[in-house]
Order: sequence, then structure tokens, then C-alpha cells
Amino acid sequence: MKNKDKLLEVKNLRTYFDTRRGLAKAVDGVSFDIYKGETLGIVGESGCGKSITSLSILNLVPQPKGKIYGGEILLHRDNDEVIDIAKLKRTGKKMKDIRRKDTAMIFQDPMSSLSPVYTVGSQIMEGIMLSHDVNKSEARKRAIEMLRKVGISPAEQRINDYPYQLSGGMNQRAMIAVALSSNPSLLIADEPTTALDVTVEAQILELMEDLQQEYKMSIMFISHDLDVIGEISDRVVVMYTGKVVEVAEVEDLFYNPSHPYTQGLLQSIPKIGRKKELEPISGSVPQIYNLPDACHFAPRCPYKMDICTKKEPPVFDVGEGHQSKCWLYEEGGKRNER
Amino acid sequence: MKNNSSDSKITKDEDIVMSNPFKAKSHWQLMWEEFKNHKLAMGGIIVLILLYVSALFAGFLTPYNPNERFSEFPNIAPMQIKIFDDNGLTAPYVHPIVGQRNMETLAMEYTVDQSQQIPVNFLYKSDDAYNFLGLFKTNLKLFGSDETQIFLFGTDGLGRDIFTRTIHGARLSLTVGLVGIAVSLILGLFFGGISGYLGGMVDNFIQRVIEFTLAIPKIPLWMGLGAALPQDWSVIQVYFAITVILSLTGWVSMARVLRGQILSLKEEDFVKAARAAGAKSGRIISKHLIPNCMSYILVNLTLAIPGMIIGETALSFLGLGLKAPAVSWGVLLQEAQNVRAVAQYPWYFIPGVFVIVAVLAFNFVGDGLRDAADPYH
Amino acid sequence: MLNFILRRTLIIIPMIILISMISFLIITLPPGSYIDSYLANLQQMGGEIEQSRADTIKERYGLNDPIYLQYWKWVKGFPRGDFGMAFSEERPVINIIQERIGYTILISTLTLLFTWILSIPIGIYSAVKQYSFGDYVFTFFGFLGVSIPNFLLAIIIMFVGLRFFGINLSGLMPVQYMGEPWGLSKILAVLQRIWVPVVVVGTAGMAGLIRIMRAEMLDQLRQPYIQMARSKGVDEIKVIIKYAARIAVNPLISTIGWLLPQIISGGTIAGIVLGLPTLGPKLYNALKIQDMYLAGTIIFFNIVLILIGTLLSDILLALVDPRIRYD
Repeated sequence: MKNKDKLLEVKNLRTYFDTRRGLAKAVDGVSFDIYKGETLGIVGESGCGKSITSLSILNLVPQPKGKIYGGEILLHRDNDEVIDIAKLKRTGKKMKDIRRKDTAMIFQDPMSSLSPVYTVGSQIMEGIMLSHDVNKSEARKRAIEMLRKVGISPAEQRINDYPYQLSGGMNQRAMIAVALSSNPSLLIADEPTTALDVTVEAQILELMEDLQQEYKMSIMFISHDLDVIGEISDRVVVMYTGKVVEVAEVEDLFYNPSHPYTQGLLQSIPKIGRKKELEPISGSVPQIYNLPDACHFAPRCPYKMDICTKKEPPVFDVGEGHQSKCWLYEEGGKRNER
Repeated sequence: MKNNSSDSKITKDEDIVMSNPFKAKSHWQLMWEEFKNHKLAMGGIIVLILLYVSALFAGFLTPYNPNERFSEFPNIAPMQIKIFDDNGLTAPYVHPIVGQRNMETLAMEYTVDQSQQIPVNFLYKSDDAYNFLGLFKTNLKLFGSDETQIFLFGTDGLGRDIFTRTIHGARLSLTVGLVGIAVSLILGLFFGGISGYLGGMVDNFIQRVIEFTLAIPKIPLWMGLGAALPQDWSVIQVYFAITVILSLTGWVSMARVLRGQILSLKEEDFVKAARAAGAKSGRIISKHLIPNCMSYILVNLTLAIPGMIIGETALSFLGLGLKAPAVSWGVLLQEAQNVRAVAQYPWYFIPGVFVIVAVLAFNFVGDGLRDAADPYH
Repeated sequence: MLNFILRRTLIIIPMIILISMISFLIITLPPGSYIDSYLANLQQMGGEIEQSRADTIKERYGLNDPIYLQYWKWVKGFPRGDFGMAFSEERPVINIIQERIGYTILISTLTLLFTWILSIPIGIYSAVKQYSFGDYVFTFFGFLGVSIPNFLLAIIIMFVGLRFFGINLSGLMPVQYMGEPWGLSKILAVLQRIWVPVVVVGTAGMAGLIRIMRAEMLDQLRQPYIQMARSKGVDEIKVIIKYAARIAVNPLISTIGWLLPQIISGGTIAGIVLGLPTLGPKLYNALKIQDMYLAGTIIFFNIVLILIGTLLSDILLALVDPRIRYD
């Protein structure tokens, strides 16, 4: 770990959706920390609650059905101020201040994440003017600089382009420029490369790593793609049905996965030169309505035990900075070998 | 942002059955479930059933013949059937109309005498024989009285009972929309179907025709065509001519909806499969495409009926549609053309209330159907 | 952009020709025409002048010619502004059009503005506060608006004015102002009444517009760029107006295509009931007595007004939505 200062502590976060089919526990008791300067990867299948977790951090859970029901999201600011975002009013002044200065977010679909009727430049300038006390011409100068940094050239001309005049990859760069224009301490990237070609994906990941060095910010990187997560993350949080099932440093996770779900995920990645056949996880993600108080992975788990379907497993320490939410580790982290 | 809670996919066995395309029955069931929760739409359905049933049994429900004149009772205000008097609950009664000679003008004046109570007779044998549902002749009426006339909605300037006329008027006014919509549906299905299915030049041509028709203001067009109807045509002839006039613009929206639906459905796998299996165009349209558009067609039909009702009412109101002795709401509202008359005899406007209620009910039902057919919007 | 405008304008020309045909068709459908009785009248007088005048009229309108020649003889005067004669008033049709089309355009434009100015904020409100009490109230009133036929609403408003306020709301101005030159007091008098047709016709289109605006807003509010804007810390009100509503109104501009026919249509009947100096009442009279060239020309102008309005809305849409311009 480069730095042990915590930037964000998420404690027992619960974000539920009140839908017609019942209460959907999209995020149910999630806890993790983000340290300053690190990249935390969050991985899981679609529907596991990773996006809702990220939206909860910005207090932008879709209204009116979604709501943070409990837990804490503690943001540590540079001036030692600690703010619990979960307690803030969604549209309140403090929350807006945090969004303007401390956090930023980039989204999956670059084409629809920028307003089609304003130029890229004006959308970057808006971010700059909201976070810094500068006038329009200064904001414009900084916006051009920003575009250059994300590799859009010629920046002086592209600043007047509308999003539909740019390619998907260029739009993603533009969105990063908008997000970083506020010089945030935390950048949340929700599947930022999923909609892009593989070659462009690599460029964007590289760009993000470069910018992270330059801005010294933390990145919370959300993806369903373990390859991408492995490439960019320092630590990884694995989520399943709204719960964190495993937390580990990236190498630890890939070489020594502890949770059966993580193991399953790793075995289902195709790799060149791999001898063994792919082993998909059997079954599929259950719907998050009325799930029992038990391990939700149990129906798909090859190591299922009696207790798994009766009682929800707590989080066990299985190594340094490595936790697993699985009954297999009940006795001092010893794993029952196959 | 995607709502994570909704994209999780299900593959429990019973759910797999749900997602295959042979789900016509469950689709309608789902639609009904959804529709039932729409309170305004359910209210609308009830109102419509009441209106159509009243129109059907108009002869029985109303005490008079719609064109019967009580020339001694012009412009009588609506009378109430009361069930409470000073002694509390009592058998239904009315205050009778009594004639009195005005000693100054020497004219007879008819007023409601609040001091007298005349009981209302139910299942009353009247002088007016009518044809019950076209089955047999009878003179049995829901209510009436030997001792006084009962004008629930008052009378018009010629002493005709507005209640009787309004209920009878529903027959023409409420069916003109149905017949008109049937004609529109046939035209719309035909042109929309071939436009969406064949595409290319045909589609292009029909699209231009549709666009052009949409740009024509309805009322002036209807007025022009209404004025062209020969004066000596019978009520039935005029009635059908009007439904055709209304359908000339009505088919367009139907055709558009259908074309849009078909264009999107055409790309669906089950249609491609049918074509690959060698099914003919006509069969694909009628067996696969139209059944899949049914709910949209139904919504569109329901929402188009009120426009037709308003069209007939407006034309007849202007004297360019149905004419006396035909009795429709528009014909009745001709009496209300003069605002001073309405100000003096507000009950002239009662048929107008019926128009508004019927149209509102259709709109509510249509809205409920629209929400039910497309629950994700 | 100029290219775009030019292209759109050119499409209108064949449309206008088509409209003239349809207008002619409608007025030649009914058997008999006012001209017949007019000619019969002339011939009854029997004088030489009358006889030659009758012959001139027959020749001018090709009354003894086949129908396509009659049509041609009518429309070939159009470019010169000759739309034929209004025989019931014994003056050229164009004079009547000139007198009245201004009021028709004025009332239609005001109605369009009225409908938009009310339905845009209501649509935004209903979307932002989806399923709230206010949302239901507006939806209900919207439905009431579509469900009351224009002419009944006109009667209701006039009835209320007369019965409860003792004011006569028919016409566009009190009798004493007619024929007077325009002055402040005349303008005020007109303003006191012009809202009646505007409200009567406007309410009919409101529900449709509110529904579209609401649906568009809901659609836009779900778009990722809204969350992106929020994540930047943009004020919520700005997110709604500057981001969501700015795009949601675009499709509203293209509703002019169906709103305008509805307004002209409703304006015709409202004009008749309210006795306005617009084209509607003249059309009504002309149709009733079969004064064919007057009726035909009014129908023609009504549709042409709609075409021009739609053209303007297309251009406006291209101006506000950069995506269309670059197509």
C-alpha cells in the first residue's frame, strides 16, 4: 500500500429500492475503505450493486424509489474534516460542495453522458467554474489545457465541438476531462471502458493511470471485467447480490482467491494458452427480492455446507488485508481443501 | 445510469416459460392486471357501460317519445324526484306542474307547485308505445305519472322533454364513433399494414399521403364535406355519410401506429423465422404482425373514439351534420347556440354535459389501456 | 442551413397545388352553387347588361366547361391574387381574406404560445414530481381540456361571463369599436376578449403537449448526462432546466405539425360560436349558401397557413438542435 491514509470509509451501507415487486436490497451492508492515491477496483456481475454503491457515495441514488436506508459514508477532507455523506441532504449545499470539489464521476456510455446540445468545451468550463473561482476566459484556457491533457487535439478547435462530432473514445476522453476539471480527490469510474473497443480501452486505462499520478487522486474503478480490474487496481472489492464477499490486494486476489465466487469468476475468464476448459459458474445471479438470511451464493457454490443455507456468513480475515465472507474460513482462515 | 436492481436476469424454470413468444394470453392478462389498478380508467369503463346500456334501453328508461311536444310546457326547469319530505323518508314523489292564468297578460303560466306531492309510478304504462330492443312493441316505462308530466332535465322551447331526448340522443352520438372507428380501422389496417410491411416506394407514397392528411384541419374539411351532403338524404344516409367523413381523417393515426409497430416487429426473430419457413406476406401480416400489434391498436381505437364523438357533435351543432327529426347530442345542442338562451335556460346545456362525460370516460379508458399496454413507460 | 431552408421551402410548392385541388374538389362536390341562383337572378332581370355580365361570369369560371377546366380557370388567377368572386357579397374573395386572415393568424399564434407557455412548465413539473398530487391534478385538468369540445367550452365561458359577470364576451371587440381606427382603448378592448378564443382552442391541445413534455422530461432525466451533470455539482434546478428541459422541448417544436391543424380547426368553430372576425365564420356562411370560391379559398388558406407554420417549426427545430443541422 502506497499510503495508509483513508480518503473514504464506507460502513455498513444499505441502499434499497422500494419497487412494486418489493424492497430491492441493491446494496446491503457494504463496508470498504478507499485510501489516498490508490485505485480500488469493484468487481461483480451486473446487478450486484456496484453501480448503486458508487451512486450512493455521490448521494445520487435514482429517485424516488431508491434511498440510502442506513450506514455511513465518511469522507476525509484535507483539512481533517470528516463528513458523513449518507447523512447529507441529496440536493443540499454541503453535498453539492463535495460533488464540486472532492468527487467526480465518469460513466459507461460516453455518447450519452455528455449533453448533446452543449459543446464539449462549455461542459468542461462549467465544471471548472463550479469548482474554482475563475472567470469565463480563464475557465476556457483551463478547459483547453484539460483537453490537451486527455489527448484531444487540436484542443483549441475541439473545444467548440459537440459530443456527436467526436468518436466514442474521444468522448470518453472528453468526459474524463469534464470529471477532472474540478481536480477531485476521488474519481469514481463506473465501467468507463465497457462501451469502447479493446484498443481504445487500453488507451483510456493508460490515460487514467497517468492522470492519477499527476492529480494524486484516488480512483474507485467499477467493472465486471476482471482483466481490466487486474490491470488498473491496487486493491479489489468483489461484490455479489449487494454484499461484499471478498476484499484483497490485487495480486492476492488473483493468485490466492478465497471466496468460491471469486474463484468461479477467475475460472471463467478466457486466457490464451490456457489448457483447462473454461468453467462457468453454474446457475445465475438470483433476484434481489426477499433473499433469505443466508449465503446468497450457496445455491451456486461447489463447497456448499449445511450452515451456508441457514445463516449468513460474517466476514473472516483470511490474510493481511484480505477478507472473505464465507463459512469456509470459520476456523482461523483455514480453507478446506477439495 | 442503469438501475442495477432491474437488470438482474432470471432463469428459474417458471420464468423461462414466461419469456418465450407464445404468451398472447398472459400478455392480455398482464394488461388487465395493470388496467385494473388505473382508477380513472375503471371509473371510465363504468360510466361508458352505464351510457351505452341507457342508450340501448332508452325507450324503457325515458318517459316520452323524443319528438313529443308538450306545447303548453315550454322551457320548464328540471324537476327532481324526491324521497324526503318534511316527515322524512317517503315514497318517491315530484312536485307537479300546475297551470295558472296570469291575470295581467291573460296567458297561461306553468310553474312547479312546491306544495303538492305527486307520487311517481314505477313500471308505468304510458301512451307512448316503443319497440323494445327491436323485439316487440310495449308501452311499459320505468317511471311516469298520470297526474303530472315529469321532466327530469326540463323541456326545450318546443316543450320536448330534454331527458328523453338526451338519452335517445346517445344512440346516434355514441355509435357514430364506433362505426366511424370501424371504418378507420379497416382503412388504417390496410394502409398501415402494407406501408409498414412492403416498405420502399409504397411506404413512401402512403407516408406522404398520411403527412398531408395530418396537415389538413379537421373541422373546415368536415364542414366542407358535411355541407356537401344532399339535403334530402334520410337520417340513416346522413349518419353513415358522417361516419365516412370522420373516418377520412381518422384512419391516418391508426395507419401510423400500425406502420411503426410493424417496422419494429418485422425485425423480430419470429417474423424472420416465419418468412424463412416460406410463409406468404399476407399470412405473415395477419397471423404474426397484427396480433402482436393488437394492444396498440386497441389503445389507439379507444383514444380515437372521443374525437369522432366530438366531430359528430360539432357538425350537427353547426347544422352541417345530423338534422332534426334525428336526435343526437349535437342536434340537441343547437338549442344552446344562442348564449342568451343558455343563460336563461341553463338546462339546455345538459346534453353538453353528457358529451363531456362520455368523451372524458373514453379518454380515461384509453389512457389506462395505454399505460397497461406499455407498463414500462 | 440555407440549403436546408431552401429544400424545405421547395417541397411546399407541390403541396400547395395539391391543396388547391382538394379545396376545389370539396366545393364542387355539392350539387348546385350560389352562382346558379346569382346567375338566375341576373337573367331574371333580363336586361342586356345583366345578360352580358352573366355570360362574362360563365366564361370566367368556365361554368359550361368540364371540371378540370373549371379548376384551371379558378387557380390560374392565384398568382395574381385573384381567387374568384364571393358572389354572396359581390366582391372579390381576396378582399375578405385580407380583412380576416390577420385575426386568424393572430389568434392562432397567441393560442400556440398560450399552449406552450403553460404546458412546458406543467410538463416539467409533472415529470420531476412524478406521481405527486400536483401531477395527478394537472393530468386531470389536461384530460378535461381535451374532453370539452371547443364549441361547448366557448359556450360555457360566454355563459359564465353573461350570467355571473353580466359581460358579453362574443366578438373580438364591443360594437362601438368596429370600424374605428386602432388606438390604446381599442387594443385594450380587444385584449379583454381575445383570451376567450385563445383559452377555448388552447385547452384542447394542452393535454397532448403536457403528456409529451412530461414523457420527454422523464426520458431525459433518466439519461446518463443528467447524473454526470449532478456529479459535477450543478444545481438541481439547473440540471432540470439547462440540461433535461433544454433537450426535452425539442420534440415539442415538431408537435407544431399536428398542433397547428388542431388550432386552425378549433379556431374555426370557436370563431363561429364566438362571432369573431376570423376566417371561420365566413367559411361557415359560405358553405351554408354554397358560395363556392369563397369557401374554397378559405379552406385553401387554412391549410397553407398550416404548411407555412410547419415549415417555420422545421427551421426552428434545426436552429435549436445542432444534431439536425449537421444531418
